[in-house]
Amino acid sequence: MTDTVAAVTRTARPTTSGVVGRLPEYLTIWVPLLLSAAHLISFSLWTIWISFTPSTLVPVTGWVGLRNYTSVLATRNWNIAFDNLLLFGSAFVLLSLVTGLMLAILLDQRIRGENTLRSIFLYPLAVSFVVTGTVWSWLLNPGLGIQKLVQDLGWTSFRFDWLVDRDMAIWTIVIAAIWQSSGFAMALFLAGLRSVDSDLIKAAQIDGAGPIRMYRRVILPTLWPITITVIVIQLQFAISTFDLVRALTNGGPGIATQLPALVVYDLMFQRGLLGRGAAAAVLMLLILLAVLLPYAAWRHLQRRRANHA
Amino acid sequence: MRDRSFTPSRMLIYLVVVLVAVAWLVPLIVVILNSLRSNEEIAQTSMIGWPLKWAFGNYLTAWSDFCVAQTCAGIRPYMLNSALVTIPATIFSTLLGAVAGYAISLWRFRGDQWIYGIVTLGIFLPQQMRLLPWTIVLRDTGLMNTLTGLVAIHTIQGLSFTVLFCRNYYVSIPQELIRAARIDGAGFFRIFWRIILPLSPPILVVTIIWQFTHIWNEFLYGVTFTTGQQQPVTAALIALSAAVADIPQHGVQSAAVMIAALPTLLIYLIGGKYFVRGLTAGAVK
Repeated sequence: MTDTVAAVTRTARPTTSGVVGRLPEYLTIWVPLLLSAAHLISFSLWTIWISFTPSTLVPVTGWVGLRNYTSVLATRNWNIAFDNLLLFGSAFVLLSLVTGLMLAILLDQRIRGENTLRSIFLYPLAVSFVVTGTVWSWLLNPGLGIQKLVQDLGWTSFRFDWLVDRDMAIWTIVIAAIWQSSGFAMALFLAGLRSVDSDLIKAAQIDGAGPIRMYRRVILPTLWPITITVIVIQLQFAISTFDLVRALTNGGPGIATQLPALVVYDLMFQRGLLGRGAAAAVLMLLILLAVLLPYAAWRHLQRRRANHA
Repeated sequence: MRDRSFTPSRMLIYLVVVLVAVAWLVPLIVVILNSLRSNEEIAQTSMIGWPLKWAFGNYLTAWSDFCVAQTCAGIRPYMLNSALVTIPATIFSTLLGAVAGYAISLWRFRGDQWIYGIVTLGIFLPQQMRLLPWTIVLRDTGLMNTLTGLVAIHTIQGLSFTVLFCRNYYVSIPQELIRAARIDGAGFFRIFWRIILPLSPPILVVTIIWQFTHIWNEFLYGVTFTTGQQQPVTAALIALSAAVADIPQHGVQSAAVMIAALPTLLIYLIGGKYFVRGLTAGAVK
């Protein structure tokens, strides 16, 4: 195979009928790229289209306007999912940002064993959310995990039952998500800290700035572009969170920890309401775009400014 | 300010960092210990505890004995399914991504920047937007509930990442190298094989680790497009915990969880540096 390809390209080079000779190379370049691009565009349009049809168990043609959207938006399920997303998204992003930044600053103090510590903070990212969600569901289960352990040790009145508490259950997902992906924020911040201009630090030292002032006035201000990137990526993760909740609470107790991705799955494959499921998926996309479009615009501006400078 | 001596403030730094590190390790340690405790022992105490009697048999039961749904073959068939999906999809998406990344960055052709822009949008597009169309496509091609179907999905979707990684790596190769080779009469594939591929190991390792980890850990497509004996291990774990909800077998379940997590954990232990490189490379896009 490689021999013939090489032969074809070699002999085809000088001739004018290069197009036929270069067919194998056109195919290898274009087929995968076109498949990828075409599936992204057509699948998105397809889902958008289904969201405007009266499809239930199977996709059908027809036009119902925005009816699927209005009925999804009117359900308690979606509204709880959306409120949860706001709470989970902001709490998780803020706390993982703080944790990640704190760990990065501490690791930046030239401490021994930095590589080992960094690997420890990052290992959850290499493990499936199904695995970590299952493990956290055991640890946070009041009859099995931390509460049981502390009670067995003698504190019989100790309570840590957020997993089965409707009002607090969403915080168990926040805990697991912070544990899983603060390391990511740490890695990006650490890279940022290491690339701070050393002249800047020297100048501040000559001015007599102490370590705390140094961080507040000199180093942290240079990190804000990274901060925005971390926020956007963590938000994107929060919006599409599915596996973690599925393994940790499965949306429960009741529907207390419902999130948009679970609503989509539930509508499409458990209730057989394809039109509404598609509408919920498009709503998810819109939430994501509300985060990504401003970010893309900001990146564009940054790049233009960098080119002009 | 930055010295390695042990002043009180530096002791405090060590204390905080080590405490957080221990907290980060707790879930892993708990599962490892539980996977070595008998189901009865866990039922009598809690999930957190030291094994009184080492129950290595949990791993054997988890691997080949316990029942998920109606079949009692342990986690082995699902591990095999995951491997049969992950390995081919990783190889295909990496190879195709490398060739496409090379074509976009060094060969340059009409529309290359456009198609590159569209393909990398796949990094952001939620899986939920593709669920229904994939369902229909798989049904119409007869690939529903097959491992081949999952391989196809992960190969096509993985391209968004592999093309990004490879293209960003190859742009730093000087164009002159390619031009000189073309003058010598080398064609597209010859240049790829002789010049580009030998320069590629660093990025190929990053790409392979990234793809393997993500496909192995993927859950939504596995649970949507396969059922029963065709499911990958992530979907089987969820089915397992639902199946044993009445009579929990936490020792065996912990062993199953450890087995399922082991491939990606091992890869992380060996090639963690490259995994992190992939993480940050995806972030900068």
